[in-house]
Amino acid sequence: MTEVALQTVGLVRRVQGVISHTLVDGIDLSVAKGEFLAITGPSGSGKSSLLYLLGLLDAPTEGEVIICGQATSKLSEIERADVRLTKCGFVFQFHFLLPEFTALENVLLPMRAAGLMSAKDMHERAMALLTSLGLGEQAAKRPNQLSGGQRQRVALARALANRPEIIVADEPTGNLDTASTEQVFGILRDIADNGQTVVVVTHDAALAARADRRIHIVDGKIHETTFGGHAKPEIAAASGAAIASS
Amino acid sequence: MATNLLLSIAWTHVSTRVRQTLVGMFGVAMGVGFTIMMAGLMQGSQIDFLRQLVDTMPHVTVDDERRSVPVQPADQEYAAVAMSNVANVNRRPGIRYPDTVMASLRSWLPGDVAPSVKTTAIVDHGGGKVGVTLTGIDPRLEVRVSKLATQMIEGQLTDLSKAANGIIIGQALAEKLALKNGNTVLLGGGEGTQISATVVGIFRSGLKRVDEGQIYSLIGLAQTLMGQNGIINQLRIRLSDPLVAQKVATQVEAQTGYKSVSWQEANSDLLSTFATRDLIVLTVMGAMLLTSSFATYNIISTITHEKRHDIAIMKSLGMREYSVRRIFIIESMMMGSVGILFGWALGYLLCYAWSQITIFNPLTGATVPLQIYYSPMHYIASGAISILCCAVAAFFPARKATRVHPVEIIRGAS
Repeated sequence: MTEVALQTVGLVRRVQGVISHTLVDGIDLSVAKGEFLAITGPSGSGKSSLLYLLGLLDAPTEGEVIICGQATSKLSEIERADVRLTKCGFVFQFHFLLPEFTALENVLLPMRAAGLMSAKDMHERAMALLTSLGLGEQAAKRPNQLSGGQRQRVALARALANRPEIIVADEPTGNLDTASTEQVFGILRDIADNGQTVVVVTHDAALAARADRRIHIVDGKIHETTFGGHAKPEIAAASGAAIASS
Repeated sequence: MATNLLLSIAWTHVSTRVRQTLVGMFGVAMGVGFTIMMAGLMQGSQIDFLRQLVDTMPHVTVDDERRSVPVQPADQEYAAVAMSNVANVNRRPGIRYPDTVMASLRSWLPGDVAPSVKTTAIVDHGGGKVGVTLTGIDPRLEVRVSKLATQMIEGQLTDLSKAANGIIIGQALAEKLALKNGNTVLLGGGEGTQISATVVGIFRSGLKRVDEGQIYSLIGLAQTLMGQNGIINQLRIRLSDPLVAQKVATQVEAQTGYKSVSWQEANSDLLSTFATRDLIVLTVMGAMLLTSSFATYNIISTITHEKRHDIAIMKSLGMREYSVRRIFIIESMMMGSVGILFGWALGYLLCYAWSQITIFNPLTGATVPLQIYYSPMHYIASGAISILCCAVAAFFPARKATRVHPVEIIRGAS
């Protein structure tokens, strides 16, 4: 039976202001381990807000996010940071690499922050990741010496550094040319095929169609769920079962 | 969170922002350097003054007085009867059995004691008259309790014994009355006694009031001038450590019953002024170090503003808020540490430069080099205060920057 990597129960994110606004409105979602989930929707629909809630970057107003079986609503900020460090990997539209550090040092950053490996092991893993993403030769270069696609691949390597259960990507191809977009999406696909869960927010319907499942968000609610053509049957079953049970 | 990761990020930030780092270091260096200079100057002048003061006077003086009027015999005898206007018993002047007292004191004193006779006199020479304090001394014992022998610029202490009624006068008095070694003066005592005396030596203590108002003779001459043969009215004590004078004075007074005054008590007004001055100087130095830390505050504020994306991404990666905050505090302390090293060098050079300057000292009436006190404490204290100021100066902008929610920054950049 396929495990559930990520689950939300009645997830609500409301922002208070002169006019109160609901960004995410009661979303129940279950993402299986190894699933590639694409979140689409028009601008302002709440897809990025949902992603930040899934990655524990933001805290819900109501509801629960369960990561690998661990409920997170009662966690302290420090505990949430620890979950982000060890169980989630982030990729953003802008690479957000530290500009003074080389590609290798950027990839090393999460591993050094976690401190779970020896320096030698960290270095070997960082180099292996960069090499696997075709950046072995660029390891000593700083972000300003890399192309947009290369930077985003370094950001992907950084997201993968601590072997997280879940990769959360917010428009990772938003600033890339067609070739780089294809390359990055291919890598994300491979990551999911290798058993890690990938949740991607994208505007690109063609790319979203290549995910195992696509959910379309409108006004903070899931408007439509579509399973991709090559979705693994067990994943579809697990996701469906989880949704049904929640 | 691994400290070497934070150090590595902090070092990368400061080493890639050379201009900002240099400005921050310069601010700290200036603050530390000038603080050390001020501390060296102020404490140097103070210590020099105190040294002269302590060298010139005995550390403890035992006079033939009581600290308070003794209870009258009539009061002791007739406690139940109210008696007013009872005349004070006129105690015999002088310290009783001075040799016994001195022998007793020598048994425990961390120093030595010498007898003397203190009286007032008028020095009359060529029509000029100056009131002075005449201290009758024993030249053999005097060398143990004062630095008079080393302050002689003409003649020696032992010359007092070589001439009849020999006296040693201060340089300022000699200049005032146009006196030279070998001149004869007329000494007038309080009882109307007049004695012809010969100047056998001239000293210079460095304190004008002493050089002008103090003269020395043998004990016998002072006793004759007082009209009190055999009297010893003062014991003068010199200690191996002048700083314990107050404690010793209390013990001596408890033992002998005579009023014992330490050099600190005798100059309490002056020391109180020094304490006030110390407070002012400390405040000014603190303000200087605090002001220098404003440069650090500005630089860390700028860096945290420029680095808000990095802060957001570090937090989103899972680095804890206080760890990210520590990066900027470490940066500030790195700048501060190097600034302190330069500040120490600057402070030493400034102190050295000041020590080469000579000025006229109205207190001593001499042109002397500025006295600088070199103390490791100045360096340690200025460094410690400065590094603390740097940490505090960095804490507030770092806290403000790291409190921002990463989503706000990430959304803003998207």
